[in-house]
Amino acid sequence: MTRRLLRTPQGLAVLLGLTVVVAATVLGPAVFGDAASTRNIPDRQLPASLAHLFGTDNLGRDLFARVIVATRLSVLLTLGAVGISVAGGVTLGVTAAVLPRPLRRLVTAFIDILLSFPWLLLALFFSVIWGTTATGAMLAIGFAGIPVFARLVATLASSVANTDYVRAARLLGSSPVRTAMLHVLPNILPPLVVNTAAHASVTLLSFAALSFLGLGVQAPEYDWGRLLNEGARSIYLEPMAAIGPGIAIVLTGVLFALLGELLSEDRPRTVPSRAVIRAGDAAAPDGDALVTVTDLRVSFPAGDGSLVERVHGVDLTIRPGEVVGVVGESGSGKSVTAMAIAGLLGPEAQVAAGQLSFDGIDMRGRFSAAQRRRLGLEQAMIFQDPLSSLNPSLTVGRQLTEVSEVHGGLGRGAATRRALEALALVRIPEPLRRIRQLPHEFSGGMRQRAMIAMGLMGSPRLIVADEPTTALDVTVQRQVLHALHDARLRTGAAILLISHDIALVSGFCDRVVVMRDGVVVERLDADRLDEARHPYTRGLIACVPDMTTDRDRPLPVIGVAADEEVPV
Amino acid sequence: MSTLEFDHVTVRFGRGRAAHTAVDDASLTVRSGTTLGLVGESGSGKSTMARVAVGLEHAGLGAVRLDGVDLTSRSRAARLARRRVQLVFQDPLAALDPRMPVGTSVAEGLLATGRRFSRAEKEARVRELLGLVHIDPGRAGERPARFSGGQRQRITIARALAAEPAVLIADEITSALDVSVQGVVLNLLRELRSALDLTMLFISHNLAVVRYVSDDVAVMRAGRVVEQGPADTVLAAPSDPYTRELLHAVPVMGQPLDLAGKDH
Repeated sequence: MTRRLLRTPQGLAVLLGLTVVVAATVLGPAVFGDAASTRNIPDRQLPASLAHLFGTDNLGRDLFARVIVATRLSVLLTLGAVGISVAGGVTLGVTAAVLPRPLRRLVTAFIDILLSFPWLLLALFFSVIWGTTATGAMLAIGFAGIPVFARLVATLASSVANTDYVRAARLLGSSPVRTAMLHVLPNILPPLVVNTAAHASVTLLSFAALSFLGLGVQAPEYDWGRLLNEGARSIYLEPMAAIGPGIAIVLTGVLFALLGELLSEDRPRTVPSRAVIRAGDAAAPDGDALVTVTDLRVSFPAGDGSLVERVHGVDLTIRPGEVVGVVGESGSGKSVTAMAIAGLLGPEAQVAAGQLSFDGIDMRGRFSAAQRRRLGLEQAMIFQDPLSSLNPSLTVGRQLTEVSEVHGGLGRGAATRRALEALALVRIPEPLRRIRQLPHEFSGGMRQRAMIAMGLMGSPRLIVADEPTTALDVTVQRQVLHALHDARLRTGAAILLISHDIALVSGFCDRVVVMRDGVVVERLDADRLDEARHPYTRGLIACVPDMTTDRDRPLPVIGVAADEEVPV
Repeated sequence: MSTLEFDHVTVRFGRGRAAHTAVDDASLTVRSGTTLGLVGESGSGKSTMARVAVGLEHAGLGAVRLDGVDLTSRSRAARLARRRVQLVFQDPLAALDPRMPVGTSVAEGLLATGRRFSRAEKEARVRELLGLVHIDPGRAGERPARFSGGQRQRITIARALAAEPAVLIADEITSALDVSVQGVVLNLLRELRSALDLTMLFISHNLAVVRYVSDDVAVMRAGRVVEQGPADTVLAAPSDPYTRELLHAVPVMGQPLDLAGKDH
């Protein structure tokens, strides 16, 4: 935070602005107080000049000095009003979030009703109640701001209130007040602070508006709004009398808004990335390999802008029609490797490889239109969570036919026939009805099979499945793998299956590649797992309980050291 | 020594035509000092059973009893008894307050005992509990983000144990973890079971894991308990066709998966 404040132009501007405003608030009346209140009738209503930057008013007082002196009242009133809005909003919002359901509905309904009144109407209504004084205006604007904050806090707090740690606290007998203070408030604080700063900017303008309308600060006291009001009367004669206070209002408002924006940037910016293509081995495709990867290295920018290498020199070859499994724990680099082969790594990833080719296409560089079309038809990708890779607002049929229509150049009718075939192949019952449904109407296993069907719409030569069954139960897992198996029989596509479950991979694949910490530690034929040499592979096989594990002995443990490490 | 008993529990969500029966007349008994493994696919109602027992969900019909006290009623006795049943959640990332030091989170568990602890007693107890789950007590002041997934899950177990529960419910506690870490957590549960004589309801969709930790096994499907009995009997000689299908679908190391089984 401090570093950002000093390094970025925005941070410097905010720092400078805050210093000026705080100085004017604290020292303004002491330094400029005399100049602001000394009447000098002969010099009244002078236009702007070097001696009087904003000119003088109708009693000959220097307007620049008056603007500086007015800072204190304007800023303090703003802070007071924001304080009232935030305090009231937090109380109401947090109460709404932690109350039992019927009461919670009542309180949120009340907040919603308050929100339905225009803000200005509320402010005017309150200022009638408390009278047209400075304090009255502060109370009016403060209270009028409560509904907005209450709504914000209620929304933030209810998302925190639905987390497991708040549930756990409840199970342990933590009272609602204790939960609110210890769990809810600390976790909603960051967005709240940001919104408070933004709200301060609006509040400042509101004060100016109220005082300008004559409802706020009353003579002989004055704030920026009142100065604006007085200056506006003779705006055609001496414009600076109105523009001067206007500048103060706008600059301070912008300052608060910038401060809010600065506080909201809690994530460090990522460094601009570039693709690194290492010169060297000419991409001479291995005659019969479908995928050739040599010395693949993938780095990601870390929080402090440096690069962290996650995959350290992986070699992998997949022949047409082969089923290869990559096994490893989270952080082993197995998914990153798969994404690199599919060319799906984001722009922040830096990919370097001796060779990285799919069916003769170099996956390291940019693709031509023809190559992109071929990739669209020949590669299929299945992710762990099908809900996030299917568009929730399009029917499954529309998403299936898209592949054939965009890349395959098929007509709507032909594409639909093909989609029905594909859904039937992955054993989705009643394809005619299902094709018109939205993804959420499918069960988890069915969505995953629909993803496989989508892959079948082209002419796939490689299906990359990244933990396709991790979120599913064993029986559904078997259906999905069955569909994948049928898809391979039908199209002859190779499959790259990524999983943490070595038993599953060994049961489905021809070959198993074991990865750990970005390195391939062992390659094995799936039916020769018992010949594994590497201690990590052996540990991985032994640490999973199966239906014959001895229940009286503890499970063998591997990688406890890794478990004790702090994740990066 | 406590027995947790689900007696003809029925839970419905929604009203009218949208109503959905999550648990349908299910009865289970977790015997004192033993572990009951509850298996079933997602949507079978096994997690709903856990949530009813701790009061996160209301049972429409039936009762859940801890040593004869009905946990589902609104009485004070029920509320106090519910605190003696603690739940360990599936996702250790979501189950710890990201802004609270883990030691404070564990100390929160002491609330449920209803006793007052001095600051020194509290600290001593937190150290003891962290040691019990093999977390360095010196790290009590660190935030959850500094710990790995397996460590966080062990911390949530320590928090649940701080409540001195009569029954511990573990709801899919290893499914968000890597296999090697899963082994560490399962070993910990075994250790705690023998050290503390825990009564436990262990919920999982992984049959092999359930088999490893449980004395008894119950199988749920579509809200109903289709089979229950001693683990060896149920898993070696299942009488229900669904249990057989579940067993059939478990991948076996190094053996080609049988994909030809019944689909849909």
